[in-house]
Amino acid sequence: MKESVFTMAPDLVSGVLDPRGPVAADEYQLLQNATVVMLALIVPIIVLTLAFAWWFRAGNRRAKRRPDWSYSGALEVVNWMVPLMIILFLGGMGWVASHALDPAKPLPSAAPPLKIQVVSLDWKWLFIYPDGGVAAVNHLLVPAGRVLQLQLTSGTVMNSFFVPQLGSQIYTMAGMTTTLHLQADRPGTFPGRSVQFSGDGFSDMRFEVDAVTPAEYEAWLARTRAGGTHLDASAYAALSRPGTSDPRAYRLDEPRLFQHILAASMAPSSSSSH
Amino acid sequence: MLGKLDWSAIPTDQPIPLIAAGIVALGMLGVAAWITKRGWWTYLWKEWITSVDHKRIGVMYVLLALVMLVRGFVDALMMRSQQAIAVGANQGFLPPEHYNQIFSAHGTIMIFFVGMTFMVGLMNFVVPLQIGARDVAFPTLNSVSFWLTASGVLLLNLSLVIGEFARTGWLAYPPLSELAYSPGVGVDYYLWAIQIAGVGTLLSGINLTATILKMRTTGMGYMRMPIFCWTALTANLLIIAAFPILTATLAMLTLDRYLGFHFFTNDFGGNAMMYINLIWAWGHPEVYILILPAFGVFSEVISTFAGKPIFGYRSMAAAALAICVLSFMVWLHHFFTMGASADVNGFFGVMTMIIAVPTGVKVFNWLFTLYGGSVRFSVPMMWALGFMVTFIIGGMTGVLLALPPVDFVTHNSLFLVAHFHNVIIGGVIFGAYAGYNYWFPKAFGFTLHEGWGRATFWCWLVGFYLAFMPLYLLGLMGATRRMQHYAEAGWQPLMIVALCGALSICAGIGCTIVQLVVSIRSRAERRDLSGDPWDGRSLEWATPSPAPAFNFATPVQVNGLDAFWTAKRAGLPAPGWPEMPAPSVVEVPVRTGTGFFIAFFAVGFGFGMVWHIWWMAIASLLGILGVALAFAWRRDDEHDIDGDAVAAIYAVPAREAA
Repeated sequence: MKESVFTMAPDLVSGVLDPRGPVAADEYQLLQNATVVMLALIVPIIVLTLAFAWWFRAGNRRAKRRPDWSYSGALEVVNWMVPLMIILFLGGMGWVASHALDPAKPLPSAAPPLKIQVVSLDWKWLFIYPDGGVAAVNHLLVPAGRVLQLQLTSGTVMNSFFVPQLGSQIYTMAGMTTTLHLQADRPGTFPGRSVQFSGDGFSDMRFEVDAVTPAEYEAWLARTRAGGTHLDASAYAALSRPGTSDPRAYRLDEPRLFQHILAASMAPSSSSSH
Repeated sequence: MLGKLDWSAIPTDQPIPLIAAGIVALGMLGVAAWITKRGWWTYLWKEWITSVDHKRIGVMYVLLALVMLVRGFVDALMMRSQQAIAVGANQGFLPPEHYNQIFSAHGTIMIFFVGMTFMVGLMNFVVPLQIGARDVAFPTLNSVSFWLTASGVLLLNLSLVIGEFARTGWLAYPPLSELAYSPGVGVDYYLWAIQIAGVGTLLSGINLTATILKMRTTGMGYMRMPIFCWTALTANLLIIAAFPILTATLAMLTLDRYLGFHFFTNDFGGNAMMYINLIWAWGHPEVYILILPAFGVFSEVISTFAGKPIFGYRSMAAAALAICVLSFMVWLHHFFTMGASADVNGFFGVMTMIIAVPTGVKVFNWLFTLYGGSVRFSVPMMWALGFMVTFIIGGMTGVLLALPPVDFVTHNSLFLVAHFHNVIIGGVIFGAYAGYNYWFPKAFGFTLHEGWGRATFWCWLVGFYLAFMPLYLLGLMGATRRMQHYAEAGWQPLMIVALCGALSICAGIGCTIVQLVVSIRSRAERRDLSGDPWDGRSLEWATPSPAPAFNFATPVQVNGLDAFWTAKRAGLPAPGWPEMPAPSVVEVPVRTGTGFFIAFFAVGFGFGMVWHIWWMAIASLLGILGVALAFAWRRDDEHDIDGDAVAAIYAVPAREAA
C-alpha cells in the first residue's frame, strides 16, 4: 500500500531541488540556508499569533487583560531590531552570494571554458559552437566537467535561458549579449527551456542538455561537421521564422553568425522579417 | 468609417468567449429588466450614478471590484483546469492564443480592477468618516475617477467579444507587445483600458491625499489619525508619484505602436529594457498601493476586535512611511536575471530585504495588540488572523526571491507565482474581505451574516493553501509560469491539487454571494441601530448606520487617538453625534452626471483608438471637453438638507431602538 502511493507521487526531487552542477548546487544551498534562517523567525510568530489570539479570547477568564497597554519602549526597540538584524544578516548573505554567483563571473577551472553562443528564436533555441564549427537547435550537447561560457542574445523577443538542474537563468535580449557560466558535473540529461513568456509557441520552447564524456563530445563534433546539414544565411532565415522545431544539428558555415544576429537586431527594419 | 473594425472581430470560431459573453449579456439584460420592473432607474440615476457622496462612490468601487473578482476568477479557474489536464501530448481545452489572453486578462483584472478598485473603494468610504470630514476634497472629481475606472473595465470586457485581449502577460513587455510581434488589437485594448482607468486612479490619489491633508476635523492632528488614514495617505502619495510613470510608459509604447516610434523596439536603437525598468518603477510601488491600505484595514480590525488601542502607534505610522519611500528603490528585483552586474543586483537585493524591516515591525505590533486584549472572533477578525499567519509565509518567500542567486533559479517559475499570490491573496484580498465585513453595516445599516462570512473565510483559506503551496513546490521542481501545456508528467498530480484549491476558492466566492443575498433578505433583524456594531474606536462609528449623506451634522472636536472610544468610556456623547439635533441646515455637494458622461465619452475614445476609428476618438474627446466645460459653468455647488430632515436621520435609530 505504502509503495503504491509512493510510485504515484510526483518526482519531487527534480529541477532546482536536484542540482547537477556547481552553480545550481550553490544556489540550492543558499535557498536552504536562507529558508532556515527565516523559518527560525516566522514559525515563532505564527505560533505566537495563534497562541495570543486564543489565550486572550473574550471568553477566557484566566487571561489577564491589559486593555490600555499600547506602548513599551523596550519592546519597540526589539520590534525594530529583530527584523533589522535578520535582514542585515540575510542582506550580507545576499551581497556576498550575488558576487560569488554572478553569472558573468568565470567558474574556477584549469581548462579554458567551452564557448557556446545561444540565440533564442520564435520558438526554438539555436546553440552555436564557434570553435567546434557546428550548431544545434533545441539540443545542447556539452562535455561533463567542463566549464561552459554561454553568450546569449535573441533573434526575436526577449526570452530567458534556464536549465534548472544546472542553475542560473538569464535573459536573452535582441541587440544585447548576456554572459552565463554553467557546468554539469557528470554525464546526464537535463531539461531546459525558455522561462520568459515569448508568444504562442512558448510552451514548446524546450531543449535538452546532454552532458556527455569529452570523448563522446569530440565524436559528436566530428560527426556533425561531417554529416550535418549546413547552417548558412538562408538556413538561418528559415530557422528564424515563427514555429517550433525538433532537435537538429548543423555544420556551421558562417562562423560569425552570432555577431551577424546581434548586429541585425540593431539595424533598421530587422523586425520586418516577421 | 469603422477603421479596422469588421465582422471578423467577433471570435465566432471560439465558443468559450462567446458563451461567456452571452451569459454576461443575459445577466445584464436580466438585471436591467428587474430594475425596470421595480421602477428603480430614476432612483439609481439620482442616488447612485450621479452621486458625488464619497460613501456611495466607495460602495460602487467595491461592487465593481466584486464583479471583476468573479470575472478574474473565472480566468483563474480556466487556467488551473487547463494546467491540470494539458500534460504530454494533451493540449487541454484552451489553445495557446486563447490561454495567453486569459492569463494576461487575469493579471490585469486582478491588479487594476479588483485589488486597486477594492482598496480605492474602501479608502473612499472610510477616510472622510475617520477624519471627521463631510466629504472628500473634490467630490465631483471623485465621481469622475470612479467612472473612468468603470470605463477601463468596460473596454477590457469589450475585448472579450469584439477583437481580442493582449496575449503578452499583464505588463505587456516589449518587444513582444510591439506591432511587429503583436499586430492585433489586444495590446491596444490593454493600453487604452489601463490608460483611462489610470487617469481615474491618479485623480483619486490626488483627491484622497488632499482630503487627508486638508479636511481633517478640529483637533485631528496627524498623530491622532487612525492607522488606516496613515496607510491611505501613504498609498495615495504612492499613486501620485507612481501613476504618472505608468501613464508615460504606456504612452511611449502607444507611440511605438501607433506612430512608428522606436522607444522599445528591437531595431532603430529601441531598448525594451527601458520599458521593463519604467514599468516596474511604477509596478513595485503599485503592489504597496495595494497592500498598504490592507495593512490599515488589519490595524483597525485587530485593534477593534482585541478591544485595545493599536500597539506602537508611532512605529506603525513610521513603518508605513518607510515602506512608502523604500518601495521606490527596489524595482530592479523584478529582473535580476537581465545580466546586470553583481553590485547592481546586490544593492537592489539588500534594498528589497530592508522593506521587510518595517513590514516585520507591523507584524510585531499587531501581535502585541492582541496581547492583553479581549479577542472576539468576528468575521473581520478571522480574516485578520488568517492574514497574519498567511502573509508572513509570503514575506518569507519574498525575502528568498530578494536574494539574487535564489531569484536566478526561481524567477518566472511557479514559485514566483505562488509568492505573489501569497501576498496578494493573503494580504490584499483578505484585507478587502475584512474591510467589507467590517464597514458593511456603516454603508447599509445592517450587518452581514456571520455564518456565511465564516464559510467564505474558511473556503478561501483552505483554497489558498491548496492552490498555492503546490505551486511553490512545482516552481522548485522547475515548472515555469504561463505554460499552456507541459511535458513533465510528474507535475500533474500537484497541478490537480492546485485545481482543487481553486475550486475551494470558487466555493468561497459562492459563499460571498450567498452571504450578501441572505443578509439583504434578513436585513430587518440585522439592523444596526447603534451605529457602532463592533464597539469601534474611530469616528466612523460615531455616526448613525447607514452614515448620513453629510457624515456629521455638527463639526467634530477630537482630543486624542481613538476619540470615539475615549468618549464612550467617559460616558460622553459621541463626537459628531448631536445630542439634541438642532434643526440646522446642512450643506452637501450637489449631484452631477459629469463623471458618468466623461466616462461615457472616454469609452468612445478608447474604443475609437483601439480600432482606429478616428472620427469617433476625436468626437469623444470633444464630448469630454464639452462635459467638463458644462461642469465649469454650473450654477450650484451645494444643496441644503433642512434641519428637520437632519433631525429625522438621528431620530430613526432612536425610535426603532425604543
